[in-house]
Amino acid sequence: MSAVPGLPADYDIAVTVPRNGVTPPARPGRGRWKDRAFEWLTRLFALLVFGILGAILISLVAGSMLSLERNGVAFLWSDAWDPVKESFGALVPIYGTLLTSFIALLIGVPVSFGIALFLTELSPTWLKRPLGTAIELLAAIPSIIYGMWGLFVFAPLFQTYLQPHLIATLGAVPGIAPLFEGPPLGIGMLTAGLILSIMVIPFITAVMRDVFELVPPMLKESAYALGGTTWEVVWRVVLPYTKVGVVGGIMLGLGRALGETMAVTFVIGNAHRLSASLMAPGTSIASALANEFTEAVGDLYFAALIELGLILFAITTVVLGVSKLLLSRLARREGTRT
Amino acid sequence: MAELMNPVSARPKLQVRNLQFYYGSFHALKNISMDIPERMVTAFIGPSGCGKSTLLRTLNKMYALYPEQRAEGEIIMDGENLLTSRQDVSLIRARIGMVFQKPTPFPMSIYDNIAFGVRLFENLPMRDMDDRVEWALMRAALWDEVKGKLRQSGDSLSGGQQQRLCIARGIAIKPEVLLLDEPCSALDPISTAKIEELIHELKSDYTVVIVTHNMQQAARVSDFTAYMYLGELIEYGGTDDLFIKPKKKQTEDYITGRFG
Amino acid sequence: MSAINAANATYRARKRTNAAMLAVSGAALAFGLLWLVWILATLLYEGGSALSRASLYTQMTPPPGADGGLANAIVGSLIMVASGTLIGTPVGILAGTYCAEYGRSGWLASATRFLNDVLLSAPSIVIGLFVYSIYVARVGHFSGWAGSVALGLLVVPVVVRTTDDMLKLVPNSLREAAFALGCPTWKVITLVTYQAARTGIVTGILLAVARISGETAPLLFTSLNNQFWSVDMNQPLANLPVVIFQFAMSPYADWHRLAWGGAALITLAVLALNIVARLAFRKTG
Repeated sequence: MSAVPGLPADYDIAVTVPRNGVTPPARPGRGRWKDRAFEWLTRLFALLVFGILGAILISLVAGSMLSLERNGVAFLWSDAWDPVKESFGALVPIYGTLLTSFIALLIGVPVSFGIALFLTELSPTWLKRPLGTAIELLAAIPSIIYGMWGLFVFAPLFQTYLQPHLIATLGAVPGIAPLFEGPPLGIGMLTAGLILSIMVIPFITAVMRDVFELVPPMLKESAYALGGTTWEVVWRVVLPYTKVGVVGGIMLGLGRALGETMAVTFVIGNAHRLSASLMAPGTSIASALANEFTEAVGDLYFAALIELGLILFAITTVVLGVSKLLLSRLARREGTRT
Repeated sequence: MAELMNPVSARPKLQVRNLQFYYGSFHALKNISMDIPERMVTAFIGPSGCGKSTLLRTLNKMYALYPEQRAEGEIIMDGENLLTSRQDVSLIRARIGMVFQKPTPFPMSIYDNIAFGVRLFENLPMRDMDDRVEWALMRAALWDEVKGKLRQSGDSLSGGQQQRLCIARGIAIKPEVLLLDEPCSALDPISTAKIEELIHELKSDYTVVIVTHNMQQAARVSDFTAYMYLGELIEYGGTDDLFIKPKKKQTEDYITGRFG
Repeated sequence: MSAINAANATYRARKRTNAAMLAVSGAALAFGLLWLVWILATLLYEGGSALSRASLYTQMTPPPGADGGLANAIVGSLIMVASGTLIGTPVGILAGTYCAEYGRSGWLASATRFLNDVLLSAPSIVIGLFVYSIYVARVGHFSGWAGSVALGLLVVPVVVRTTDDMLKLVPNSLREAAFALGCPTWKVITLVTYQAARTGIVTGILLAVARISGETAPLLFTSLNNQFWSVDMNQPLANLPVVIFQFAMSPYADWHRLAWGGAALITLAVLALNIVARLAFRKTG
């Protein structure tokens, strides 16, 4: 599955054939132009993919030009956000994006590892596919559904049953107390992070499963042959062997979490305020855009929002690019494709 | 009931009785009965698909990792049937070590490779662990070549060295039996010779069982040889006897190269 | 002398760790499944009653307090998903064909694959911003066409990827047999290879459709929404996701009810598409 949401987990394993492509025989005469035309047609559309990414970049830069000029680099660390006074800064949305994604990974990575471990080593064969499919369906559920469920079902329960306890217990521990200050609102940074963690689980799990299954059986058997337990074989042999791929998978999850819009918009609270507490409402780049773009008045406001979009695009492109590089490196070593 | 082929006068370490093995519904090993003598080298030979690796892998219950594989019968070590024993399989596997066809160094340093197995059972202080690692590497005739680079990854060694590393790893935990599944098939002749020399020394402390598709290797290295064909044990006896004066025509045909 | 026995303390501690860790991994699985079941159950519970009322499908989105349905939104979504798929699929198939069939020499194919995967996971809201900048801002108003283009851009990377993979699964012997008959390259690809991979390619298209059916963010800046019945693609077009967004964020209870109904509808459609695609893929693979 790795990168395509919804494809079965064994999809990539199935695609282990070596690069194909038969050199077409030289054909004299008239028919050649049709071949060349077709080839150029397909080449054109392949270039179009490049073009789309390039066009996105260019249009974002162009659209945010006004803000780039007016605000300069200080935009990145300014926490201002006043549409009336036309003063904008990206710090609060960037902080929210990074924090919620960090929380999402903090919870999502261990859970994904546990699920991948279960599916590759513990699960009986007949159960692997249905369980794997079930986890992948988490990725198929649209973001807005997560948002609605988060706002109407999860947040109230969180507010009533869990948050007061967190504030009471962790809020009293010196050192991390500031993280848990404030009234239990149900919504907020922590809630957004929790919802995001559920959303990234299927992606990270799928990559981990794929790379775990690339480990040569003989290597695992060597560890078992010494008397190793299942946990030890996975923790000490499988994981180190696949660590490049595992990191690639985590970065894929990160890339997804950074760009998530609707789920976060529903539950993050949409407040352009910087606060140390996880219980406080905040905003992320994507949710700021979703909430404010259609209502924005004024060229600078628009440009500032588009610049936010540019920043998000830049961050996710880098993260996803690195993820892809790492996964390709592992795949090349094992002779398959991710 | 197959006749018990036990021309061995040495004490048996492993006693196989009426062993059947199935891959799903395919009956891969048919009624195997034999004694594996202690502190000797026993070789399993036969053409591809005869079941020699399968037989080897039942001895340390490696097949238990795969749900569609099962074994019936008895494999008795120290009075206990390993197949039905309630004893935890990882204990059995630690007492019966295995080296595989291709070298399989773990993704860690040479030192940690050797220490991996030891750490599973013994909590040794640093000095003692160093000694154990050195001892294992010396027994595997690898110490001189790696003593300066113990912290380097196992991948940095040549194929032959890696395989000796795996052997060192296997003996570091001081097993009672050592199973070698075609250990030289991926190696060049010089490395092969070194490992054959090693096997000769190891048998003073361990019971060694080796699977090989190379008859000459079996003749060089083993004290007892078992010839298998299509899942059955055809003949089993002292190596010299089997190669010079085989009792069965099938054995003779294989040894003289009429097929295989 | 041997430390290998069942009474060994290190061994026993390891066994306990093993059992504990394996239990934790089972708990992780249960954790993941819990959310899936809970979300689906919530959708059925909250949206089930709305789904079963015919008015959902026949009446238009109402002002607060009035009775109504989601008919215009459903139709609008169907139109945009269909046109988005029609726009994106040919691009995806042709680009994927290039990567699979002509990609052996040169850098373009592997670079395209790389960038395509980046595009695949890129935030969809950025796509919305992009289409806004190049289209909506130019023409001065939101429109169904803009929404379709945005959805089409989301379809492209999915179809590129699946077409590329499916074409590579077609054995070379099939191509060679066609060449041996003197068939020109472009015909080998279109008549033989495409035919052989058609189920897989269709699966990819289904998955792309499933993906865009639920997308909200890109539509916020392109098609926006329309409270009234309209199939004019040149004007803002009603669609389920944006309607759900607006209704859910509002304070009105009957709007919430409709939002849940819409949410249940989308989820059922998306899950059905996913499962159908999987079953189809499995039959080929």
